[in-house]
Amino acid sequence: MFDIFLIEAVINGVLLGGVLALLALGLNLVFGVIDVVWICYAELVMIGMYAIWWLFVHYGVPLPVAIGAAVALVALAGVALHVLVIQPVLGTPPINQLLVTGGVLFFLQAAATLAFGIEFRNLGLRMPIVEVGEMFFSFARILAFATALAGVAALWLFLTRTYLGTAIRAISQDREIMPLMGVNPRRIYLVTSAIGGGMAGIAAALLALQYDVHPAIGLSFGPITFMICVLGGLGNMAGGFVAAFVFAQFISVGGFYAQVEWGYVIAFAFFIVMMFVRPQGLFSR
Amino acid sequence: MSAGAALPRRLPPLAGLAALAAVPLVGLGNYHLHLAITILIWGFVYTAWSIMGRFGMVSLGHGAFLGIGAYVTAMLWNAFGLAPWIGIPIALALAVLMAFVIGYPCFRFRIVGHYFALVTLALGEVVRLTIVALRDHTGGSLGMTVEGVAGGTSLLALQFGDRGAFFYLALAVWLGGLWVWRLVDRSMLRYALEAASEDEDAAASIGVDVTRAKLAITMLSAAMTALGGALYAQYQLYINPETVSGIGISLQIVFAVIAGGLYVQAGPTVGAVITLLLAETLRVAVGHDVHGLDGTIYGLLLVLFIIYMPQGVSGFALALWRGLRDGGARRADAGAAAR
Repeated sequence: MFDIFLIEAVINGVLLGGVLALLALGLNLVFGVIDVVWICYAELVMIGMYAIWWLFVHYGVPLPVAIGAAVALVALAGVALHVLVIQPVLGTPPINQLLVTGGVLFFLQAAATLAFGIEFRNLGLRMPIVEVGEMFFSFARILAFATALAGVAALWLFLTRTYLGTAIRAISQDREIMPLMGVNPRRIYLVTSAIGGGMAGIAAALLALQYDVHPAIGLSFGPITFMICVLGGLGNMAGGFVAAFVFAQFISVGGFYAQVEWGYVIAFAFFIVMMFVRPQGLFSR
Repeated sequence: MSAGAALPRRLPPLAGLAALAAVPLVGLGNYHLHLAITILIWGFVYTAWSIMGRFGMVSLGHGAFLGIGAYVTAMLWNAFGLAPWIGIPIALALAVLMAFVIGYPCFRFRIVGHYFALVTLALGEVVRLTIVALRDHTGGSLGMTVEGVAGGTSLLALQFGDRGAFFYLALAVWLGGLWVWRLVDRSMLRYALEAASEDEDAAASIGVDVTRAKLAITMLSAAMTALGGALYAQYQLYINPETVSGIGISLQIVFAVIAGGLYVQAGPTVGAVITLLLAETLRVAVGHDVHGLDGTIYGLLLVLFIIYMPQGVSGFALALWRGLRDGGARRADAGAAAR
């Protein structure tokens, strides 16, 4: 019964959960505060990955600098997305807001194809493999896991310990009353979009270390990221964090018993069933 | 080619039909005939989506039904030699069953808006990944080829080596789709669903069985979409998971309809014309080597459409035409109806 490969799969699942949690974090923040689903969120991550690849491989920019530039770029992209696309549709039916970012998804995906071609690009780094006992773990995943934990902690501190963070939390609870309290919602939305974008940029840096980047990469990460946010309860950071690990276990352990695709199938099917059982999210009160 | 489709209600549909029926006879050549067939097939699929989409039930997972239609029909034919005449009904039955299994809890528990979109999105991915995972039977991501019959043409196998013959098949199915759209448009179901999309409680209080009405339209839409998938497989004789299922194609369906016009009978077909002509024109203009230009422009157009023209090209045209006709008195009515 004691199967070392199964344990390896479980631990890899935990590490994958870290990556997914980090991915979901920025989306969840935007979701919770602005009440808009960025369907194109994973495409913002893609922008970051291309930026890192472009700077690092073509211009020989040192990796940390490239990552910093990419994070800043994606944060800017988040602000641009909000100002150019989300703001004009804020008063329209919610489904328009969902669809308009879907248009951005198409745009970014095609623009990436236009600019970089459909080839798979990678940084050409060989990340070390960590061996524990007879189990093997990718260093990039451990790094991603640690960064995800740090990211969650930093975001939590920001949201609870700063004036701006408090305003963000307040506006997500009641968007009518906050303007009366002297909070400028437009400014809060901009800051939130920038942080959401920055989180996407950090996720991009960690993903670029372990995956090749190509124009369709958003389609493989996007759906799972939405499901994590919804399953955790929209805007519920802690819930989203736990949901990321639940999903990751389905994928990792499911992939251990059968093929990886079956792991995803089970994860998505689980999501659908949970939507029926607890539509308000797994961890809502 | 879209002349018949773009005409508003009550204006000579017969003349348009005659013009369409003559398309294969005027010697267009294979390329243009191929474009026409593609527009008809996708026009039908988009119409199938719009039948439920117009009531605010935005499904981001119609690729699931498309995939079932295409793969079940093709697999039954390849593995058991079961002709599409039997395979398609089986595929449609499966698609309807899936629509029921997913739809019933969704509507019963009032999963609407974002949440409905995300549940259907998950469904589309489940079907795509299942197709990939069953690679021993489906060929996985490499796709599968529908086994051709000797000589290329067989009514039994629903394969036509001659594009002209397939054109008429696609035309018939497309017209059937428009007819169903019209039936729904004139039925009580439409009023029930419009009421439900405004306010479910109010609709239920005046005796609308919301769950049942939504379920009916979803199952109808699923069956039509699956038929479109089967038709696509029979025409291309090659399918792969990305082109008939999953999030990519599901979003493509939604956006083509939005570009064309969600609330007008011809809208989805106009969407098919726009997307295809855009892609083909740019491909001819800038050549094969530049990938992604059409998508970039298309994506940009979509964003602009949703922000500035949410009723789509045909909805906008219709509003404009009505405005001119009524001297501007009711200028905004199509625009208002589109809200």
